[in-house]
Amino acid sequence: MNKVVTAIKSNLKQYSMMLALVFIVIMFQILTGGKLLFPMNVYNIINQNAYIVILAIGMLLCILGSGSIDLSVGSVVGLVGACAGIFIMKWKWDPYLSILMCMGVGILVGVWQGFWIAYVKIPAFIVTLAGMLVFRGATLIILQGGKAIPVFPAEYKQFFVGSTPEFIGVWEVFGMKLYLTCLLLGILIAAVYCVAQLISNQSKKRKGYEYASKGALITRMVIISAIVIWFFMLLAQYKGIPAVLMVLGVIAAVYTFITNKTVLGRHIYAMGGNANAARLSGVNTERLMFFSYVNMGLLAGIAGMVFAARLDSATPMAGDGFELDAIGACFIGGASAYGGIGTVSGTVIGALIMGILNNGMNIIGMDSNLQRLVKGLVLLAAVAFDVMSQGHVALPSFLRFGKNKPEKVASG
Amino acid sequence: MALTILRMENITKLFPGVKALDSVNIDVTEGEIHAIVGENGAGKSTLMNVLSGIYPFGSYTGDVFYHDELCSFKTIKDSERRGIAIIHQELALVPHLSIAENMYLGNERDTAGVINWDLTNQQAAKYMKVVGLKENPRTLIKDIGMGKQQLVEIAKALTKDVKLLILDEPTSSLNESDVKKLLDLLIEFKKEHGITSILISHKLNEIEYCADRITIIRDGKSIETLDKNVDEISEPRIIKGMVGREMTNRFPERQRVTGGGVAFEVKNWTVYHPLYGDKKVVDDVSLTIRHGEVVGVAGLIGAGRTELAMSVFGKSYGQKITGTILIDGEPVRLSNISQAIQHGLAYVTEDRKGNGLVTSNSIKHNVTLSRMEFVSKRGIIDQDLEGIRAREQKEQLDIKALSVEQHVENLSGGNQQKVLLGKWIFAKPDILLLDEPTRGVDVGAKYEIYQIINQLSAEGKAVLMISSELPELLGMCDRIYVMNESKLIAEFSREEVSQEAIMGCILQASKGGEISA
Repeated sequence: MNKVVTAIKSNLKQYSMMLALVFIVIMFQILTGGKLLFPMNVYNIINQNAYIVILAIGMLLCILGSGSIDLSVGSVVGLVGACAGIFIMKWKWDPYLSILMCMGVGILVGVWQGFWIAYVKIPAFIVTLAGMLVFRGATLIILQGGKAIPVFPAEYKQFFVGSTPEFIGVWEVFGMKLYLTCLLLGILIAAVYCVAQLISNQSKKRKGYEYASKGALITRMVIISAIVIWFFMLLAQYKGIPAVLMVLGVIAAVYTFITNKTVLGRHIYAMGGNANAARLSGVNTERLMFFSYVNMGLLAGIAGMVFAARLDSATPMAGDGFELDAIGACFIGGASAYGGIGTVSGTVIGALIMGILNNGMNIIGMDSNLQRLVKGLVLLAAVAFDVMSQGHVALPSFLRFGKNKPEKVASG
Repeated sequence: MALTILRMENITKLFPGVKALDSVNIDVTEGEIHAIVGENGAGKSTLMNVLSGIYPFGSYTGDVFYHDELCSFKTIKDSERRGIAIIHQELALVPHLSIAENMYLGNERDTAGVINWDLTNQQAAKYMKVVGLKENPRTLIKDIGMGKQQLVEIAKALTKDVKLLILDEPTSSLNESDVKKLLDLLIEFKKEHGITSILISHKLNEIEYCADRITIIRDGKSIETLDKNVDEISEPRIIKGMVGREMTNRFPERQRVTGGGVAFEVKNWTVYHPLYGDKKVVDDVSLTIRHGEVVGVAGLIGAGRTELAMSVFGKSYGQKITGTILIDGEPVRLSNISQAIQHGLAYVTEDRKGNGLVTSNSIKHNVTLSRMEFVSKRGIIDQDLEGIRAREQKEQLDIKALSVEQHVENLSGGNQQKVLLGKWIFAKPDILLLDEPTRGVDVGAKYEIYQIINQLSAEGKAVLMISSELPELLGMCDRIYVMNESKLIAEFSREEVSQEAIMGCILQASKGGEISA
C-alpha cells in the first residue's frame, strides 16, 4: 500500500495535468451544451493548436536544458511564413523544395541565436528578445512593408491543412458518415499500443523486473484503447484525419523518443538538472545548448509553415504572441522553470489545456479581455504548483502548511 | 577582575549524518583577543555561525550567554543588534557599490526609506578614519584591493556599534604588511575602544603576535584553552593540541602494492586563475602516481589542491595552463573533459551537490552519465542494460536506497557520496582524482569509502587523494605531497610522515617572514 502511495505521489504531477485536462473538457462540455466535443469542433481544435504544440515541443527542449526560454518564436513563425510566400508565390519555386528551404531558414535562425547564447554566453532572454524584433522586422521588409501574399497551392497545403485523402471510402450508417481510413487508423493505433504493452510486460517479467498484474494491465489497455478509438471515431464523423495531426504525431513521437531513449536526451536532462555536474561528466554543454536553439529554430520554421497554410496567406503579423502560448504550454505541462524536469507528453497536454480553454471560452462567448485574465491565472497556478511541489518555496509563516517532501530512506 | 563577555556551554550541532560540534565550551573575557585554532573542518566556523545566529536558536543544543544573558538569536540581525559582528573568510561586499554604501548596507541612514547620502558618506568617512582606510567613501569596492576591503568590513562592523568582533581567517588573502596592519588594528581596538575580538586563524605566528588566550578545537570538541600569562604558548604546543588525537581502527588494512610502474605523471604544471589572469593558482607542480598507489595531497583550504586536480582533468578549471601530462609514460593531451575521461581519468569532486550529481535525477541516470557509450548504441540507450549496470554499482558499493530509480536528492550524504564514487567507478578509470572523498560523511560511511579506495588500488588503479583531514591521509596513503600557496612544498613517504611534520611544514611555509612586534 505504501508503495502505491509513493508511486501516486511521484506521478502526481503528470496525472494531475491529465486530470486537469479531463476536468476542463468536462466543464466546457457542460458549459457549451455539448458543443465542445462536436466532431467539427474537435477537428478545429486540432487545427487551431497544432502550431502551438509544435512550438511548445521545441520550447520544452530549451527549458529542459537550461530553464531558458525563446521569446523570438512568434517572429520566426512570421518570418518563415513570409519566406514560404516569397519562395512559392513570387519566385515560383517548387512547393516541395520550398518546404525544405523554409526548414532551412528556421535552422539558420536557430544557428544565429544558438551561437550568441551557447558560445558568446549572452543570456537567452536577451538574445531572443532581440531576435523577436529582428525577425519581425525582417518579415515586414521581406513582405515589402507588410503586404500579405495570399493563396498557397494545394501541393504545399496538403501537409498542413485539410484532411488526409480517404483511401477506403465513406461509410454511411445510422444517418452519419464515417471516414473509414480514420477509424481503421484509430483501431490500428489501439492494437499496436496493446501489443506493445503486452510485449514490454512480458519482457519485464522475464528479466525479473517489476511488472503490472494482469488486471491492471487489462484495465489500462481497455481505457487507453477506448479513448483512442473514441477520439478517432469523432474525427471519422467529420472529415477524417486532419493532415496536420499526422505531422504533429510524427514530431511528438520523435521527440518523445529523443527525450526518453537517447543519450542526447539524457544529456539535456542532466544539463538542466546540474550544468556543472554534466560538464564535469564530459557532456559538451555548449554544443547541447546550441543544439536546443537550432532545434527550436527548425520547429518554429515548421510551425510557421503550418500557420501560413492555415491562413492561406503569408501575413506580416503572423505568429504574434505565439511565444507566450508555447511557453505557457510547457509550464502548465509540468516543465520546471529551473530546467531538468518536463516531458513531451506533459507539454502536449499543457498545450491542449490552453487550446481547449481558448476554444471553450470562445464558444460560450466569454469576453476576450476576461479570456486573457483566465489564461494568465491558469499559467500562474500551474507554475506555483510546480514550485511548491518541489519545496523551493519559502512561504511567509501564515501561509505555511505541512511539507510533502519525501522522507530520507536510509542514513549512513 | 575582567568580565566574561561571552560564554558558550555544551554547544552541539548536528548536520545530516555528521556531528559538527560536540559539547563545545568556550568563554571569552571582555577586552581580550581570543584566538580559536583547529584544523580544517574542526568546527571553528560552525561554532561562530551558531554564535552569530546564522544557525538559528533551536537548530543546536547548548547555551550561549552574552553579557551573562541567555541568547536565542534567530537571525544574524539579532546578534548584530547586541553588538556581535562576524567577518567571514570570503568577504561579503557588493563590488559595484561604493565603500559607504557597503558599510551601511542593510543599516541605511534613512528617513522613512529615503537615504541621506551626505550623512552616510560623512559617517562612513569617520569610521574609515578609525580603521585607517584612506579612500573616498564614494569609491567602488571593486576598485580597491583585498587588504582595504577587509578594512571596509571592519569599518562596517564598527558602524553597528560592535562590542564583539569575530574574524574568520581574516588574513588568508592579505599580504604581509596588510596582515600586520590588521593585527595592530585589533590590538588598538582592544586598548582604545575596549572591543573584544575572536580571531580564527591557521597562522600561528599571527596568533602568537596578538592573542591573549587561545582555544583549540579538534573534531568538533573544545580541547583546551591556553592563556598567554599562564601557559607557555609556542607553535609545537599549539600543533600538539590541534592534531593530537587517537587513531585506532579508523582505517581498513590494505595490501600495499609495491613496484607498480608510474601510471600518471604531471610535470611543471602551472595554472592561472580563471578570472584574475595574473594570479597563479597552481605554480610549477610536478608529481607522479604509480599503479596501485594511493597518493595524498595535504594542504590548507585555498592551497591550490582542487585547482590542480580540476585543471589536470581536461582543463576544467583555470586558464593559461602549461605543463605536461604522461599516462603510462606517454605524453597525452587532455584539452577537454571528454578526452580526460577517454584517457581513463576520473575526478570525484569535493562538491557533490554543486559539481558532482544531478540530484533531481535517479541513481541510475547519475551512475551512467559520464560514460553513456557503455550502455548505448548509436546514441540510443539500452535501458535494461543501464539498469543492470547501475544495480551493479549499487550492490558493490552498498548504496542504501529502495532502487536505482530513486532520486539522489532523497539519499543521505554518505549514500550520495557513494553514488558519486559509483558513477566514476562505472566509467572504468585507471587514474582517480579524489577530492575530499569523505567530506560530510559519517564515520561508518567513511570506513566503507576507505574500503572502496583500497579495493580500487588493489585493482592496480592510481589514486590521488586530496583531503583536509590529516589522519585520513596518514591512514590511507602510501605517499603524501604537501601543497601550500599554489606550490608543492614537500613530499613525505609513509614511513617518515606524521601530522606534526605536515602541519609544521605548512606553517613554516605560510609564515613567510617573522612579524616584528
